[in-house]
Amino acid sequence: MSGKTLYDKIWDAHVVDTQDDGTCLLYIDRHLVHEVTSPQAFEGLRMAGRKVRSPEKTIAVPDHNVPTTPDRVKGIENEESRIQVEALDRNARDFGINYYPVNDIRQGIVHIVGPEQGWTLPGMTVVCGDSHTATHGAFGALAHGIGTSEVEHVLATQTLIQKKSKNMKVEITGRLRPGVTAKDITLSVIGATGTAGGTGYVIEYMGEAIRDLSMEGRMTVCNMAIEGGARAGLIAPDEKTFEYVMGRPHAPKGAQWEAALAWWKTLKSDDDARWDKVVTLKGEDIAPVVTWGTSPEDVLPITGAVPSPEDFKGGKVEAARRSLDYMGLKPGMKLTDIRIDTVFIGSCTNGRIEDLRAAAAILKGKHIAPGIRAMVVPGSGLVRAQAEEEGLAQIFIDAGFEWRLAGCSMCLAMNPDQLSPGERCAATSNRNFEGRQGRGGRTHLMSPAMAAAAAVTGHLTDVREMMAETV
Amino acid sequence: MDKFTTLTGIAAPMPLVNIDTDMIIPKQFLKTIKRSGLGKNLFDEMRFTQDGREIPDFVLNQPAWRNAEIIVAGDNFGCGSSREHAPWALLDFGIRCVISTSFADIFYNNCFKNGILPIVLPAEVVAVLMDDARKGANARMTVDLESQTVTTSDGQSFAFDVDPFRKHCLLNGLDDIGLTLEKGSAIDTFEKVAAQSRPWV
Ligand code: SF4
Repeated sequence: MSGKTLYDKIWDAHVVDTQDDGTCLLYIDRHLVHEVTSPQAFEGLRMAGRKVRSPEKTIAVPDHNVPTTPDRVKGIENEESRIQVEALDRNARDFGINYYPVNDIRQGIVHIVGPEQGWTLPGMTVVCGDSHTATHGAFGALAHGIGTSEVEHVLATQTLIQKKSKNMKVEITGRLRPGVTAKDITLSVIGATGTAGGTGYVIEYMGEAIRDLSMEGRMTVCNMAIEGGARAGLIAPDEKTFEYVMGRPHAPKGAQWEAALAWWKTLKSDDDARWDKVVTLKGEDIAPVVTWGTSPEDVLPITGAVPSPEDFKGGKVEAARRSLDYMGLKPGMKLTDIRIDTVFIGSCTNGRIEDLRAAAAILKGKHIAPGIRAMVVPGSGLVRAQAEEEGLAQIFIDAGFEWRLAGCSMCLAMNPDQLSPGERCAATSNRNFEGRQGRGGRTHLMSPAMAAAAAVTGHLTDVREMMAETV
Repeated sequence: MDKFTTLTGIAAPMPLVNIDTDMIIPKQFLKTIKRSGLGKNLFDEMRFTQDGREIPDFVLNQPAWRNAEIIVAGDNFGCGSSREHAPWALLDFGIRCVISTSFADIFYNNCFKNGILPIVLPAEVVAVLMDDARKGANARMTVDLESQTVTTSDGQSFAFDVDPFRKHCLLNGLDDIGLTLEKGSAIDTFEKVAAQSRPWV
């Protein structure tokens, strides 16, 4: 018999019941909730007269709709957004779940708050009505997004009806070159596999380049597993993981910590584990990348040129034509010649302290190009406070960036932070879909360092050139 | 949830690949706290100009497909955000079945929770169905969940796979939560054991 993968091990530890056809009832250790995908679920509970089964394992925070301007203490102007946030306030209170309201310094993007507060721990099952729940996989937790009906199901039963996915290994061998980051890894993997390449799988990321990443970097990699179509992304926990978790408010303490640690250390794939699919990339081959189109698979090294629809096959030809038209780009144009209007640094992909450090390192002593609008939206109130303490906030402000409060902001533009039609943005978020950042808005995805470099020059830029300058 | 047994209706061809949930229902319509009423904004940015006029080229604006109940789509339909507003909007518009070569995982799950049947078929078959769908209102496709077949307007029939448990729930319009609550004692037992083996959770 072959060994088990990390996914197999976590799965096996959470099966409550198995039906004849393989459908399982899976126990859920942590349920994260935000204001957009939960109101109908709570309404469903009320209508059926049901309770939240485990309020102590349920954590809610408003993030998608909240304004990120300093005046938000005065309340949310947009009526629908206000109603949604108020509904979450009320639901959290009525059902007795853990809650970080808008004006709590611990408020932030749900996928940043969970790990920061120690709710996310190795070996757990974590779900949220949000596709980027994959982020928590960086801790060796089985974490994935669910729909609102499933949110209601988890609230009522603390379980989820699931069928097991297949195992996929994504190995990044060797070391990254200077200027290349976790974001470039995760985008390059999607570029290689396509946005449906991971459909039906749970990915485990391994290899030296993954081990070398910080916890922040690992979260960036797992965050975008969903953009590759996978249900979840995982990274086996190691000393870095344990160090990150230790001492967090909801992490185990004392004897419980020791017991937890002993189990966590067993959480890795066996050497003889069986994989249904394997993808290997060489760390040295990965360059700083950007997206040119309207799908996260439309990835190219920054040294490249805009492709032509004829470079593709099948349905992608038409999709590429539509993308180029939407993005206002001509085939053959150098990527570094693409001028931008706006820079957005933030989101659950790249709104953590390390991301702000990486961007600030490029911006130090520089100023954004004339006419550029640039904003930094820290992923949580605590990230914001730390960045202020480290002097990063001042670097951003001196460079001409707006220094915002925590939230999802221009990642999906449900709050007032939006692109106008035709406006072109260098963004550190995870989706470049049509209209994602505002109707008609044009998004190029990239790492925080690359976004900072673009802010300085006013066009897409190879950050490595700017690094050479600073040396 | 409404049962799904058989459906005979007009199918709209949408050959574009990677139709994401932001296209199906743009985020400005996610601010609702209700499940209903989203159909008028289905595919909003593809269907309407910024000032709210219909874009005539868009398939669901053309007379032949305004009453479509089935969509035949390009690869990887429903990718992106987990928003269940996407199947809610489809359902509210009147779509009960989507056929493609592949679906994004969360969207696929969400369909079953709302009485929509997502059908995965090989590229050659989807191509045949796409051609049939292009015939518009004169052609009606039939989807039979019990026998697991899709039949074109000219009588070609294709078998599809569906998970037996999901089929059972869809055929009978069963509510997952009710089914799971019947297993309450298994959940209690699991929690007792877990409290011993992983007390920190
Ligand atoms: S930051 Fe963006 S991707 Fe992340 S949870 Fe918020 S809206 Fe979703």
